[in-house]
Amino acid sequence: MSDNNHNNQSKKFATKVIHFGGEIDKQTGASSVPLYQASTFHHFSLEDLPDYDYTRSGNPTRQMLEDYIATLEDGIRGFAFASGMAAISSAFMLLSSGDHVIVTEDVYGGTYRLLTSILNRMNIETTFVDMTQFEQVKGALKANTKAVFMETPSNPTLKITDIGQITDWAKDHNLLTMVDNTFMTPYHQRPIELGVDIVLHSATKFLGGHSDVVAGLAVVATDELGTKMKQIQNGLGNILGVHDSWLLMRGMKTLQARMEHSEKGAIRLAEWLSNHPKIKKVYYPGLENHPGKEIHEKQSRGYGAVVSFDVESGTEAKGLLSRVKIPLVAVSLGAVESILSYPAMMSHAAMPREVRLERGITDGTLRYSVGLEDIEDIIQDLEQALY
Amino acid sequence: MRIESRLAQIGSQADPKTGAVNYPIYHATAFRHPKLGESTGFDYARTKSPTRTILEDAIAELESGDAGFACSSGMAALQTIFALFSQGDHLIVSLDLYGGTYRLLEQTMSRFGVISSYVDTNDIEEMEKLITPNTKAILIETPTNPLMMVTDLEKVSRWAKTKNLLTIVDNTLLSPYFQRPIELGADIIIHSASKYLGGHNDVIAGLIVTKGEELSEKMFELHNSIGAILGPQDCWLLMRGMKTLALRMERHQENATKIAEYLLEHPMVDEVFYPALPSHPGHEVQNKQSSGNTGIFSFKMKDARTIEPILRHIKIIAFAESLGGVESLMTYPSVQTHADIPKEIREKVGVDDRLLRYSVGIEHVEDLITDLSQAFEKARIELEGR
Ligand SMILES: Cc1ncc(COP(=O)(O)O)c(C=O)c1O
Ligand SMILES: Cc1ncc(COP(=O)(O)O)c(C=O)c1O
Repeated sequence: MSDNNHNNQSKKFATKVIHFGGEIDKQTGASSVPLYQASTFHHFSLEDLPDYDYTRSGNPTRQMLEDYIATLEDGIRGFAFASGMAAISSAFMLLSSGDHVIVTEDVYGGTYRLLTSILNRMNIETTFVDMTQFEQVKGALKANTKAVFMETPSNPTLKITDIGQITDWAKDHNLLTMVDNTFMTPYHQRPIELGVDIVLHSATKFLGGHSDVVAGLAVVATDELGTKMKQIQNGLGNILGVHDSWLLMRGMKTLQARMEHSEKGAIRLAEWLSNHPKIKKVYYPGLENHPGKEIHEKQSRGYGAVVSFDVESGTEAKGLLSRVKIPLVAVSLGAVESILSYPAMMSHAAMPREVRLERGITDGTLRYSVGLEDIEDIIQDLEQALY
Repeated sequence: MRIESRLAQIGSQADPKTGAVNYPIYHATAFRHPKLGESTGFDYARTKSPTRTILEDAIAELESGDAGFACSSGMAALQTIFALFSQGDHLIVSLDLYGGTYRLLEQTMSRFGVISSYVDTNDIEEMEKLITPNTKAILIETPTNPLMMVTDLEKVSRWAKTKNLLTIVDNTLLSPYFQRPIELGADIIIHSASKYLGGHNDVIAGLIVTKGEELSEKMFELHNSIGAILGPQDCWLLMRGMKTLALRMERHQENATKIAEYLLEHPMVDEVFYPALPSHPGHEVQNKQSSGNTGIFSFKMKDARTIEPILRHIKIIAFAESLGGVESLMTYPSVQTHADIPKEIREKVGVDDRLLRYSVGIEHVEDLITDLSQAFEKARIELEGR
């Protein structure tokens, strides 16, 4: 695995994540970006329009965050949205009626809902495919295909898509490529380096990291896309507020420290679960038996902090959920506190059972997002809950 | 309770745990499930979040609707509402329209096959001609921004019902303190709460209010799926602003009326557009359907060349976009808010290069008149040389 050295910038990630340009306020020397809680900005003259005129169109605090994520993802321009879904729905607004898009079949449930209950009515057509099967992706191409949407590792079974392979193919067919990079964060995976056009985040997760802000981020690879996304962000107005922008930056400063710690815990947890007699299956790209391990290592610098596992039955899963003491039993993931989710009744509750089973999400599947607690405590807690 | 009391008490009796007279800011994104299959009513903050719920319930109640939805901006609220429609649907829309709404309809919704016709929404005969089997809704701004055209909401919503159209009203300029369109038959209200509801030029926010269970459920789904929600800090700030809405609106109206009357008499001013003036064509309808007037109005200078020096010389009044805050702001619509509307359409409604829009703040009215009068005088001297 490569280190965290950037191709086109000499600073290492751990340094960049602190020294991103907002660590010192230029005007006062303050050690944190000020909150510009203003909606509107005075024009000092009619000739020179100011940098900022109205906060929906641009705000100094939000701008700092947008520059920050663009730097971390090695992109051209960043955008901050009211939620991950607001970021994703904005990216799809680049398309028009009559366009077709190829999407990974185990895409996040909210993205699935957006495509199948809103964008379908706007005549955006979607084909869902298993993106680990390149032939399926190729087979989905149509004359009106305009974009490919990837999510890797996928949720909750952590299937791996070969970003480079699909992106190269997509480029040959003039398709826009988008990656939801929520699970990996730019610390572990930077899709723009692999040729992707747009990277999307639910920053509510690892980037924010504290379960205290709902936010979305997008980073684009070209100026042209930057101009278009800017128009969409301003036109649709689904921006991130000033205070939330500030909170998110505060969280992002510890991204690497948190990811390193949680990943170490996740590796240990995945191994421990693999040896536990009551566990039928463990999903984690760092495990030797994970089918996507090799591809994942080619495109990422780490395995992330999410481990999914199968306890055999719904009864077992429910028993375990009622007995665990450390993790928050809740939806969401990617926080300082560990979060244990039950996809069958939470994130994937809306999916018909047969479809869910087909996707490998059984009644016994659980998803553990490892936080910053001591991993031995987490394991002990699971041990007592699994009796 | 009367509206003043309801406004002052938003969220102040909602925290039984501590009795805090201001509702706490819940930053949490996820909520622990007490037991599997059980929920506190809150699961994930995008879907529903405690601080936002207080705000959403408050605006629903103030507007006499059934459900409220807080969005990250007025445009986000409009975008969420427009997602009700599908490819092939047609909308009838106020001709004199906020520029951002026009842009959203023409640059985005049209690409998704939702088509709009722009018309004077008071002109039912004209609207009859535009209706097609695919027409789904009418979107009304009243008074319009910047030309202050007034639509008779009761008459038009009644007509819309007979045609099975949803009536959507942008109530930004009057706020529920002065006007409650749902009581007059509207189905959906939208606010740029960045304006009077927030009132301090410090928060960007949008609000939606729906009437009826089915519409409210649909909007709930769209709000959650599109995800353009308002964060908890901004929800709190907005409620803080709304507590003084009644006081501010009264003062805005009083100041604006006095200044409009002053400008009407000024030799450099050609026309003043403000429904509070008896000479305004919408004066009567405005008085019938609203209990007061907004704090913004527009006026036309006789000579376009006076605009640049006036904007340069105003001292108390800031030259900035936006409206509805405690501080006075002056906008030049043809280059700022309405720059994206094609020149022909803009000029058809009268937004030309002689037009200024003034969002009157709650400063002392004499100071504002003094500021205007000195800026006018300096502009005159620059042009005439004496
Ligand atoms: C992979 C992924 N993408 C997108 C989202 C949507 O993000 P948000 O909840 O911030 O709107 C989520 C989260 O729930 C997610 O897990
Ligand atoms: C009448 C009206 N509607 C909608 C909007 C859009 O609201 P926002 O700027 O909060 O997105 C505005 C504002 O600028 C407005 O004046």
